[in-house]
Formats: sequence, C-alpha cells, structure tokens
Amino acid sequence: MHAVLVLLLALPAAAALLCVRIPLRIAPVVTAVSGIVCFGLVLALVPTAAHGDLQYARLLRVDALSAVFLLATGFLYAAVAIYSVGYLSPGHTAGGHDQEPRRYARRFWVGLNVFAWAMLAAPLMSNLALLWVAIEITTVVSALLVAIENTDGAAEAAWKYVLLASAGLGLALLATIFAYYSGAHVLGQSYDLGFTQLLGVATRLPHAAVQLTFVLAVLGFGTKMGLFPVHTWLPDAHSEAPTPVSALLSGSLLAICFYAILRYYQVSAAALGSRFPRDALLVFGVASLLLAALYLFGQRDIKRLLAYSSVEHMGILAIGVGFGAPVALAGVLLHVLGHAAAKGNAFMGAGVFVQKFGTKRIANIRGGLDLLPWSGPLFVLAIFALGAMPPFGLFRSEFEIVAGGLEARSYVLAAILIIGVTVAFLGLAVSVTRMLMEPAGPARQPARELVPAAAAHREAGSTAAGSTARPATATLSRGEPTAWMVVPVAAGALALLILGIHPPAELTELFSRAVALLTRGGS
Amino acid sequence: MSGLLAATVAAPSALDGGANVVAVGVLLAEFGMFRQALIRDQVRLYAAQSALISVLAVVVAASRHLPDLYALAGLSFALKAVIVPVVLTRLLRRIGLTGSDPRWSDIAGTGALSLASTVLVAIAVAAFGFFTTARFGVRSPVLPATALAISMAVVLVSFVLMIVRRDVISQAIGFLSLENGISLTSLVVAAGLPLILEVAFLFDLLVVAVVFGLLIRVHHGSAESMSTADITSLRG
Repeated sequence: MHAVLVLLLALPAAAALLCVRIPLRIAPVVTAVSGIVCFGLVLALVPTAAHGDLQYARLLRVDALSAVFLLATGFLYAAVAIYSVGYLSPGHTAGGHDQEPRRYARRFWVGLNVFAWAMLAAPLMSNLALLWVAIEITTVVSALLVAIENTDGAAEAAWKYVLLASAGLGLALLATIFAYYSGAHVLGQSYDLGFTQLLGVATRLPHAAVQLTFVLAVLGFGTKMGLFPVHTWLPDAHSEAPTPVSALLSGSLLAICFYAILRYYQVSAAALGSRFPRDALLVFGVASLLLAALYLFGQRDIKRLLAYSSVEHMGILAIGVGFGAPVALAGVLLHVLGHAAAKGNAFMGAGVFVQKFGTKRIANIRGGLDLLPWSGPLFVLAIFALGAMPPFGLFRSEFEIVAGGLEARSYVLAAILIIGVTVAFLGLAVSVTRMLMEPAGPARQPARELVPAAAAHREAGSTAAGSTARPATATLSRGEPTAWMVVPVAAGALALLILGIHPPAELTELFSRAVALLTRGGS
Repeated sequence: MSGLLAATVAAPSALDGGANVVAVGVLLAEFGMFRQALIRDQVRLYAAQSALISVLAVVVAASRHLPDLYALAGLSFALKAVIVPVVLTRLLRRIGLTGSDPRWSDIAGTGALSLASTVLVAIAVAAFGFFTTARFGVRSPVLPATALAISMAVVLVSFVLMIVRRDVISQAIGFLSLENGISLTSLVVAAGLPLILEVAFLFDLLVVAVVFGLLIRVHHGSAESMSTADITSLRG
C-alpha cells in the first residue's frame, strides 16, 4: 500500500515531465492514462484508509480525512484529462490573441499535470509546512493556467488571482509558523509540524497562540477556498480559465484548501474545544452562502454563474463543520465528493455550450436542449445536483448537514441554510432554464439583456415583422462537438447517482472514520 | 538545544536592543516603499530590507548557537537580496522599463490615496499590529517580544502597500515584503524551525517571484502599462 502513496506523487509528475518533450499528439494519451491510473490508485487506497492510517517515510501520510479529498481530486483529474482531449481538438480556438495552437496545447498539458500533481500532493503531506508548500504550488500553477488564454480578461483574472491568493497564503504561512510556535512549547524546538505530533499534545498547547493560528488559517486558506469576503478573485479566475481548469479549480482546488482548514480545525478543536473554531467557521460560512445565493441572480456569464455557486457550496461546507454534529460532518465529507462531481460536470457541460455557441454570455445561449442531445440533459442533471435535488449525492449530503444542524440545536442557522440553498437554486435555475428551454429563435430573446443597441433594435424590428429572422444560434445544427466531452460528464452523473442512492459500504466506513478523527479532540 | 534554553534565562540586553533596531529598520524600509517614485528604487529597498533580515538571522544564529540559521541566512540573502531583485530588474529592462523613460519608471502617482494619507493609514495599521500582538502572549525564546510586534506591523503595512498602490510592480513588491515580514516573525517565534522546511518556503518564494514576473509580462502585454487602474472589466 505504501507504494500507492509514492506512485500517486510520481505519476502526475512523470506525466508532466513527459508532456514537456513527447510529440504533442501523445500528450493527451499520457495525461488521460495518468489521470485514470491515479483515480484507480486512490480507489485502491479507500478500503485501507477506512481502517487505519498509512505513513511512509515521515513525509507522506494518508488517513480517512485525506483519502476523501484524494478521491475528489483523483476523480476530477481523470474526468478532466479525458474531457481535455475533446476540448483541445482542432475545432477549439484558443485565446483571443492569435496564439500558436501547438504552443498553447503544450503549455496546457504540462500545466494540467503539474496542477493535478500539486493537488494530489497536498492531502498526502504529513505536516502542516509541506501542506502549505503544496497549496502554494497549486496557486502559482493554476494562475499560469488561468493566464494561458492570453486574453485581456485572462491577464486581469490571473493577476488578481495570484496576488490575492498569495497574500492569503501569506497569512496561512503565518498560521503555519504560529502552529509551530504552539507546538514548540511542548515538543521542543526541532519537530517538523506533523499533524499527529501536534494532535498528540493538543491539550497542552497554549490557547491564545492556537486561537491566533486558527483565525489566520481560516482567513488565509479561506481566501483560496473562496470564503466571503475574500472570494473576489474566484469568479474572475473561474470564468477566464480554460474550462477543464475551471472544473479542477472549482471542484478540487477549493476542496483542498478546505482540507487544510480542516487540519487546523482538528488541532484547534483538540486544544480549545470545538466551540471557538466552529463559531469562526459559521460566521464565514453563513456570509459566503448568503452573498453567493444573491449573486447567482442576474449573472450574465455562464461560468461566473457556476463560480458563484462554488462560493455558495464552500459556505455550506463551512457551515456543516460549524454545526459540529457527527452527522453534519459526515454530510460535509460527502458534500466534498458530490460537489467535485457536480461542479466538475456543470463546468464541463458549460464548456460544451461555450464551444457550441461560441460565447459565455447567458443571453446568447438559447435552445441548448434541442441543439445538444447529450450535453443539454446532462447539464440539467448537473444543475439539479448542485441545487441538491434528489436522488443526487448533494441532496443526501445537504440533508445530513441540516439534520446535524437540528441535532446541534442551531435551528436558526439550519433555517438560514435551507433558505440560502433554495434561493441559490432558484438563481441557477432561472438562468439555466433560459439557456436550455427557450427556443433558439429570436422571438423570445429578451432584448433587455445587454445586447448592443443596434442589435436589440434589429431584433425588435424582426419580431414585430413576425418574420423568422435568425440570430447566430439558429444556424447551429443539432449535435455534440465531440464524444470526448460527453463521456466524463456521463461518468460524473453516474457517480452523483451512486453517492445519492446508495454510497458503497467502503465509502461509508471511510466517512465514519474521518468523522471520528474530526471529533476525537473536541467536545 | 541546551544553549537555546540557557539563553532564554539570561538574555543579554545589548542583543535584544540590536535585534529591535534591525526590526525597526525593516519596518522603516517598508514605509520607505510608499514614497519611492521609481520602480528601480523600490526594488533596491526591497533588497535592503531582505538583507537586514539576513543580518538578524546571523545575529540570532551567533548568539543562540543555532548553526542551521547561518545556512538559512546565507540562502535567504542570496535569494531575496540578490536573485529576486536582479530577476525583477532584468524583467523590467526587458519590457522596456528603464529609468530613462519617465512614462514607465514613475509610479509615484499610482496610489489610490495621497502619500500623506497613505502614510497616516499605514501608521495607524502598524500601531494596531504593534499593540494587539501583545494580547496573544506569544513569548519568543530567542528574541524580545517587541521584535514580534514590529514584525506584525510589517505584515500589516505590506497589505496597505498592496492595497493602495495601483501598479503591478508595487503590488508584487508588496507581496514580497509581506513575505519578509513573515520571515521576521518566523525568526522571532520559530527560530528552531527545521532547515529543510525553511528551504522549502524559500524555494516556494522563488517560484512565486518567477510567476509574478511572468504575469507582470502578461499584464504588460495586454494592458500596455503597469497600472491596474484600467483592469476593471471583470466584476459582478
């Protein structure tokens, strides 16, 4: 089993190195194989991690908690690798400026593998310092991937992202240093910040320093996780990045940063009791949920819409931990997996729309269900899943989180959670219904959207004349751009169904062990 | 480690005073960055600030018998006082930002606030950081608590720099000096942090600096300027 840990680190790194040199047409194959094998390795790890911790050479360590996040990342890495084969196929027009497509593809494949490598490395690390280093690497790689499109928007988004995320991670580094300081009181000066060491002596750590550590960690890693009020980079980066990268950013990277917060939560809850860290997370969670739910209305860009939905879901995760009841924590872990699959699916679906219609603007996407026989319905399913409709995994997880809230007697917060989730679903549903259900013809196109005045006038004129004038969409024929972009989405939908209807026994055991890890110290 | 413990008992006050002076120097350098009008000077100030921190690391290493810190001081001097500033300067030269062209080199006017208000805000923020740090009761085994309070002030002031300046270079330098503030904090409260982890942090800083450089070039290519005032298309 220890070989699995090493392989999980080595494979994506090797794939990235290979992609630097090998002929460009093989790079997708290498990446897809690496993604699928990594997912297989993580799956193989689950039964072991459900029963005990794995440690290798003091540096690598997997317990039930990290296995959950490895699962989310491994799944999305595989899905996105396959999806990217279609995304980069010759039809794809890369970037706004004329950029050599071969150079673009080379950078994309190398970057994708390095990004996946850093995200798989983070949950494998056995100490807080290397966890921070791995997350910082994810920042710089993903910032370059955001900038890869080389448009003005991408340059702006990448700069905002790298500056805000790095500043946030600066705070997280301070948290790491204060964590070391707290531990050094008990463990002596030369210990290497391992979680198990810190947890072992948690009750003897100085309280004020641990409080400072936790608040800095929530602010710092929360910046990258997209918690309000430090989420502002998130919609920009998610909307300007290439779609496969958006899917990884949203489904996996945000979760990895949440994982870092959970590690600090474990230590703080064991040292201070869980009251203080739970309250801190509740504040950020509720603010993020409510803000994002409102922002979901009136978005004009399909990928920004999904990005705000990510802020909402990260808020739900923080609230779930804030409730603290075991059933809510189990719900949170299931939510991480469900969100990875659902948001990955939604972004990958949106990528098909963007490619088909040639625009990210919701106002210009119409008749999706007619024109895209597979991606259309799958996108609907992904949105239903994000809105926590049964029978998908997120329904089960949000149900558990609300049940945990009731159990913890946080009735008001549970009510706020339900209202927030409902409002968010409405916001998503309105835009998505327009994109999918409204026919592609011009008659129903709402002219009040920000169409340039001349175009709006022309539309109004043609409607009045009752002619069957056709906007750009009407020229599109029915059909999928490529099967590569459908298969991973179908796999994601299947995963969501499995998580919702009957999670496998191994997974349930994994969750209960992870919940035991999270609640062991606190009361 | 026995030397470390012994040192906590009888700390020579001359050393404490010296350490505080160096820490104040770091804070002053941070304030100096507000008034630099030329990118080149700002980069130099950053190099000087980094050098001060390396000096402090050597002082701690010598007085507390922590040999690891010599290596750290050397590495951090090489990286932060030499390599990163040189890389930044060369980057600026490559995209045509030399001192001879006032359009590019002058960044004095890019503040969102006037210089005086900025400095007042920074003083308020620094005072806040300085006085609240005491509340957490963090005692350092190697350096006086004042140095910790000053390092928190440096961290907060670097955030002010990043917020009020509206050009990518100042923002990048703001981030790098934030990291200097964190290094100072780490010297005070975590002097015994294993060298391997410190090296990992430094390596990470190098990667971040390179990526900042790349993105500055991308930004320059797309916006044709160093200013961030005109990149406001993404909102909502």
